[in-house]
Amino acid sequence: MTRPDTPETPFDAPWQAQVFGLTVALSDGGLFTWDAWTRAFGARLAAGVGYWDAWVQALEGMLAQCGIAPPDEVTALANRWQDAAHATPHGVAIRLENAPG
Amino acid sequence: MPHDHPHHDNHLDPMDARVRALETILTRKGLVDPAAIDVIVETYAHKVGPRNGAAVVARAWTDPAFADWLARDATAAVGSMGFTGRQGEHVQAVFNTPQTHNVVVCTLCSCYPWTLLGLPPVWYKSPAYRSRVVIEPRAVLAEFGLDLPPECQVRVWDSTAELRYLVVPLRPAGTEGWSAERLATLVTRDSMVGTGIAQAPQ
Repeated sequence: MTRPDTPETPFDAPWQAQVFGLTVALSDGGLFTWDAWTRAFGARLAAGVGYWDAWVQALEGMLAQCGIAPPDEVTALANRWQDAAHATPHGVAIRLENAPG
Repeated sequence: MPHDHPHHDNHLDPMDARVRALETILTRKGLVDPAAIDVIVETYAHKVGPRNGAAVVARAWTDPAFADWLARDATAAVGSMGFTGRQGEHVQAVFNTPQTHNVVVCTLCSCYPWTLLGLPPVWYKSPAYRSRVVIEPRAVLAEFGLDLPPECQVRVWDSTAELRYLVVPLRPAGTEGWSAERLATLVTRDSMVGTGIAQAPQ
């Protein structure tokens, strides 16, 4: 028995596509090997974290480890992005500059 | 904090906000170019897909010299068709026979031959598939609707970042004289992962 391939989009949300592209771009740029990436990612998956959350956590971990993106800085900036979203009307692209204060 | 700014009810998923934060930091440091990220996403979300792998399989079915090359050095053989992995990974082609059925998994995460098949489907990334196909491949294949004869052995191949596998399914009966282009239409994604077989001609 055979069945036709089910059409599937690889991403359920734009941020998943974005973190995928970000990771591939960083590896292309030589910041880490894909092998190192899969080990970090696999470790998060093995800990039972969901697929895309594990992806983000693994990338954050690698970038924190090499000092490029300290977790505090990521959290502070994530909060700024959230503020910018709150200050942006629907239908308009969210821009960091729109964060109040 | 005074609320003297316009407030809307837009709310980002927390992960969305973190990914935006990472991208902002990396862009500011000049480590990534947002335009390059867009190209990568566009490529893998829409442009690269299982048709690439199907072209390789169909050529192997119709061109014995190519099949031989694919068996010996799949990285070079698929590279000659323009399919080169961006992460420098190697490809190994595993050929089904009436006695042996091959199936591919990545038990660590979701390593997959992107340039040949596009990005992996949801089930390939699921903990259930990744753990179970190694332990009870026949049961998992049966759930995909693939019931193999008892005399057919199942071989499971565990992908890594450096080595990704492409299953070359058996050519369906009744396709004698078909062109590679026509044969390629029978080669499904699942048949190249090993959770299916090539479609029978209608």
